Amino acid sequence: MTTEPVDELKPHPETSSLTGTPILEVEDLKMYFPVKSSGFLRRTIGHVQAVDGVSFQVRSGSSLGLVGESGCGKSTTGRLITRLYEPTAGRIEFDGRDIANLSERELHPLRRDIQMIFQDPYTSLNPRHTVGAIVGAPLAIHKVVPKDKILARVQELLEIVGLNPEHYNRYPHEFSGGQRQRIGIARALTLQPKLLVADEPVSALDVSIQAQVVNLLQDLQREFNIAFLFVAHDLAIVRHFCPEIAVMYLGKIVEIGDRETLYARPNHPYTQALLSAVPDVKQAKVGGRRERIRLEGDLPSPINPPSGCRFRTRCPIAQDICARVEPPLLQVGPTHKVACHFPGEVGKHPEKPITPRLLGVDDSGMPDLAAGPATDLPTGPGYSDTWFDLEHNTMGRA
Amino acid sequence: MSDTSTKHDAFLRVEDLRVHFPTADGVVKATDGLSFELARGKTLGIVGESGSGKSVSSSAILGLHRGTRAQVSGQILLEDVDLLQLSDEEMRRRRGLDVAMIFQDPLSAMHPYYTVGNQLVEAYRVHNNVSKKAARTRAIEMLERVGIPQPDRRVDDYPHQFSGGMRQRAMIAMGLINNPGLLIADEPTTALDVTVQAQILDLLQDLQREFNSAIIIITHDLGVVAEMADQVLVMYAGKAVEYGPTKELLVRPEMPYTWGLLSSVPDVTADTDSKLIPIPGNPPSLLNPPSGCAFHPRCPHKDKVPGRLCWTVQPELVPGRQGMGHLKRCHLPDPDQVYALEVLPEFDPELASELAQARIPDPAADAAAGPAAGPAAGTAAGTATPDTADERDAQ
Ligand SMILES: Nc1ncnc2c1ncn2[C@@H]1O[C@H](COP(=O)(O)OP(=O)(O)OP(=O)(O)O)[C@@H](O)[C@H]1O
Ligand SMILES: Nc1ncnc2c1ncn2[C@@H]1O[C@H](COP(=O)(O)OP(=O)(O)OP(=O)(O)O)[C@@H](O)[C@H]1O
Ligand code: SF4
Ligand code: SF4
Ligand SMILES: [Mg+2]
Ligand SMILES: [Mg+2]
Repeated sequence: MTTEPVDELKPHPETSSLTGTPILEVEDLKMYFPVKSSGFLRRTIGHVQAVDGVSFQVRSGSSLGLVGESGCGKSTTGRLITRLYEPTAGRIEFDGRDIANLSERELHPLRRDIQMIFQDPYTSLNPRHTVGAIVGAPLAIHKVVPKDKILARVQELLEIVGLNPEHYNRYPHEFSGGQRQRIGIARALTLQPKLLVADEPVSALDVSIQAQVVNLLQDLQREFNIAFLFVAHDLAIVRHFCPEIAVMYLGKIVEIGDRETLYARPNHPYTQALLSAVPDVKQAKVGGRRERIRLEGDLPSPINPPSGCRFRTRCPIAQDICARVEPPLLQVGPTHKVACHFPGEVGKHPEKPITPRLLGVDDSGMPDLAAGPATDLPTGPGYSDTWFDLEHNTMGRA
Repeated sequence: MSDTSTKHDAFLRVEDLRVHFPTADGVVKATDGLSFELARGKTLGIVGESGSGKSVSSSAILGLHRGTRAQVSGQILLEDVDLLQLSDEEMRRRRGLDVAMIFQDPLSAMHPYYTVGNQLVEAYRVHNNVSKKAARTRAIEMLERVGIPQPDRRVDDYPHQFSGGMRQRAMIAMGLINNPGLLIADEPTTALDVTVQAQILDLLQDLQREFNSAIIIITHDLGVVAEMADQVLVMYAGKAVEYGPTKELLVRPEMPYTWGLLSSVPDVTADTDSKLIPIPGNPPSLLNPPSGCAFHPRCPHKDKVPGRLCWTVQPELVPGRQGMGHLKRCHLPDPDQVYALEVLPEFDPELASELAQARIPDPAADAAAGPAAGPAAGTAAGTATPDTADERDAQ
């Protein structure tokens, strides 16, 4: 039983865990998929801007969560990091080296360090291979252990993920969904990666099994100091797992920060709507539906995203400036950034946009010739020690 | 049907429903003696893990097991008419008219080669002798009602041209086009984003208010149940293991499986240092369900019940300590105590200490619980070593 009171005075675990060294740093990453016409010539008639200029860091041994509506570019971001795709633009610095444009041959040794866990435990494992072959394959490919030692290592890995090591010669269909997901995790762990991209690792699992897998991932993270890019649409799971979380909308990060700030005091209208929509078991006591912010309409097409702020077609507080100028992802706290002209807690959004002076525009977003845009706006990944002070409307610091 | 049928409280009454599938390996008892009631304008939430019989049970209400090898018995009384006794023809007539279902995956439930409009028109004309034109008008009206923009244009789209949320809305439009008295929604929002989910749930509630329909919502999301359902039915291995008003069942759950469901999901406001507590082991076989209480191989509390009852005797579904309306299937004599002292502090320490402060020491109640369980059974077992042999995730 855990009965000791929560120590109020200990340093905030959130902020301290956001200061570790980044193992991964991504800057202005873009992925545009060409859209072809259906005719004989199949000309490119446009692009899906699946990921459009995202920047973030993942700290060694820590986790960054990616959340957002279906189609906002979470999986694409994950696939870019693992270099299943080559980015259209941007930098992916892993362990001090830009891997964005490396060739397949140059990537080969790095594949050991960056692994991926997929959403679907039913289709991501080859049904014709034994579990031993699946988990052992990376060892053979990367020639990390001599052939006759592979089996022993595989059994060790199965044990680590809580499967019976004697079952190495069984086939995936002989396992339950949760067990299959463990096989996928064992495979991803084979080469002791430094970074794991987990794309909806528990979404396909039953609630009771979800908890087993989440706990397993947490134990493994602690034991092997693995960094996670954790993609999921379940906001409660992401909060549970990740000290830092980025909210994506239509290919862009609209808000990023430590979990306490992001969940307790979100500043972006989209994050606010998202969080208010999560059904809460605690509501049972009160009865009825929770008050929430209603979003009108559907997600716009990423082929033709709205001008200015991409959220403006559904934003309850949008004004003229939102259609004209894109809001920068502005740091507004020690570990908190938000991309909105009117950032603020629910019901406390400022009446006037805070960005014009920084962007060299007037309050309606028209160019203001007298004032050029500020040049020292920090836009890179990570957090700096100076940020925009929302209370005084100036750049300030702690 | 009018919406004034308040003469009888139970609009739907299911009595001892059984759905058994004979297979080469034996009989799969997917639903095994299920009973519940539902009034008009009310919502019942059915929860339970995968394979517990939620879909099989609700499909029985629609008569979807007819013409299969499934053996269905019991009673399904819809306004006092037993649906199981109807002829196939009569059941077909009622399906979609009195009882409708919306499925988890609208793509598989809608025909890919027909436009959304055509499918709505069909659904309407089966039960209404009207012209195609009138039916089309009705289809557009329904699409508008469920919030599809530009319904007069989108009505001619094919399902794949709709987004996931729009398809789900189209499914709801189809389910509701004949104003059925009973709507069964089988995981209607599982595949959707929370914002879309919230819209769909709003929609269901609006329509329910408007047509006074009864809704059964099947889900694994206890949050959805908390916000939507008046009553909750928790299923395990084809049986109800707990059943009662949402307000009571989710706030003061009385049996270990429900506790397990609650403590294995994180809450958006929970302490991030607390660990998720999975339900150990795997779901039971329905061919050879465990002896005694079907949950016993996974139950961390079975040792608190004297005389190995959990292994040998199946508990009855009976009222617990919170009144006649809240039923549970468990031998534990003092579930309140175990929950307050052992379960809650693990997954929701805040609420636990709140409760502890609110609790007025009640020696009488404790004494009442005492004799059956032996002195202090509830607290002593908290320090007992868990039964590891059974609880390992056995392969
Ligand atoms: N290979 C591809 N070719 C063309 N478009 C693509 C491709 N992969 C993804 N897209 C598009 O890019 C956008 C982002 O897709 P992505 O799969 O990254 O979203 P997501 O956030 O992972 O969504 P979900 O929550 O549904 O998994 C979508 O509009 C998608 O249709
Ligand atoms: N036609 C059938 N023949 C044999 N067994 C069946 C048949 N249909 C369902 N079952 C079994 O009945 C049990 C209950 O299935 P059901 O679909 O009702 O589960 P559920 O609670 O809806 O699960 P989920 O959450 O995964 O949808 C399962 O074990 C399933 O394998
Ligand atoms: S920039 Fe404008 S449209 Fe975008 S989120 Fe902020 S207020 Fe809404
Ligand atoms: S009857 Fe026994 S095994 Fe079943 S849930 Fe209750 S305590 Fe656990
Ligand atoms: Mg995805
Ligand atoms: Mg089902």
